[in-house]
Amino acid sequence: MAANPHLFDYLLRLGDDGLILGQRLTEWCGHAPALEVDLGLANLGLDLIGQATLLLGLAGEVEGKGRDADRLAFHRDVLAYRNCLLVEQPNGDFAQTIARQFLFSTARHALLEGLTASAEPRLAEIAAKAVKEVRYHVDLAADWVIRLGDGTGESRRRMIEGLDWFWRFVDEMFDMDPVEQALAAEGIAVDRTALRPGFDAKVNAVLTEATLPAPVYPRAVRGGRIGHHTEHLGHLLATMQFLPRTYPEAVW
Amino acid sequence: MTVAAAATPLDAAAEGRIMAALAAVPDPEIPVISVVDLGIVRGVRADPPAVLITPTYSGCPATIAIETAVRVALDAAGFAFVPVETLLSPPWTTDWISEQGRDRLREYGIAPPPRGAAARSLRGDEPVECPRCGSTDTMEVSRFGSTPCKALWRCRSCLEPFDRFKCH
Repeated sequence: MAANPHLFDYLLRLGDDGLILGQRLTEWCGHAPALEVDLGLANLGLDLIGQATLLLGLAGEVEGKGRDADRLAFHRDVLAYRNCLLVEQPNGDFAQTIARQFLFSTARHALLEGLTASAEPRLAEIAAKAVKEVRYHVDLAADWVIRLGDGTGESRRRMIEGLDWFWRFVDEMFDMDPVEQALAAEGIAVDRTALRPGFDAKVNAVLTEATLPAPVYPRAVRGGRIGHHTEHLGHLLATMQFLPRTYPEAVW
Repeated sequence: MTVAAAATPLDAAAEGRIMAALAAVPDPEIPVISVVDLGIVRGVRADPPAVLITPTYSGCPATIAIETAVRVALDAAGFAFVPVETLLSPPWTTDWISEQGRDRLREYGIAPPPRGAAARSLRGDEPVECPRCGSTDTMEVSRFGSTPCKALWRCRSCLEPFDRFKCH
């Protein structure tokens, strides 16, 4: 059976989401509020980059043009990246980072659970591996949302601001387009719209425990899946891609 | 793949010698336990010959070091023609750590996960025994520890911190 022509694009979306957020999280290394948090965020980043390596490796295989995971990560320009806008946003303060992580991991966990039953067995394998790791990420982020939200006046204010800021990027994580609809029809992709009620229920449950109000709903922004990114992604890539682009054949 | 397909299938004696050679390969992060006891070596395939390994965590930085160490051990034991293949499915679980491996971890100061814990509960709500004094009056300090596969715990009886293998 010939591979679905959209599969490469889909795998880039899945891989880029993990790669870019993983890269963002590494910026906390050595700067987090406590040693345990520092270790936690670094571990999350490591998991996400590991998952991205598998997903982009498979993308390269599917494409069949000899590009491996490193080639796709380090030698693609900003317009060719397919991650959602949420993951490329700057870390902000710790509460903003936690807000972004909670929203992303909750959505990602539901998506991966669905993908463990994907009709593309290599994708299902990666999802089965990743879903166990991401469950830890959801727990970590939810614990912190509750701790900050139900904490001091300042931690509460910052948590509310963090969730309000990142809420505008949530809808894009549940968007379907012809690429994903075609794959979902073949049982390869998951229908993201069907995941939204579960996501909303989980978010509401955590916000209630954190004694937090529902986020203020601003106009949703989107565009990452077709390469229309915010200004922040280019700066992130400039840092991430510097070494392999400056010394293209370097190995260690 | 083509090289493997052309090679002679392994007999039971050869499989035994391969597993014996790999049982001497330590995990790079936790050298008291072998990659076999940790469940990273999934087994030997006779035809076409291959050693099958699996990563603990998808982002584990030790994965490449482990693959290299397995390669070196195979070459040294006269099995240079046997390739090393990485499998993702079924995903690695702490339930694959052998009894001997669990004992070694405990002696080393790392609380091993109870057998079957990964299947029962990921959060690990059951009592965790301090590997030093045996007390179950322990608490989680951080769910993420010095490596992806470990969490940081503390014993309230002897007050010592210890690593715990995450149930996974």
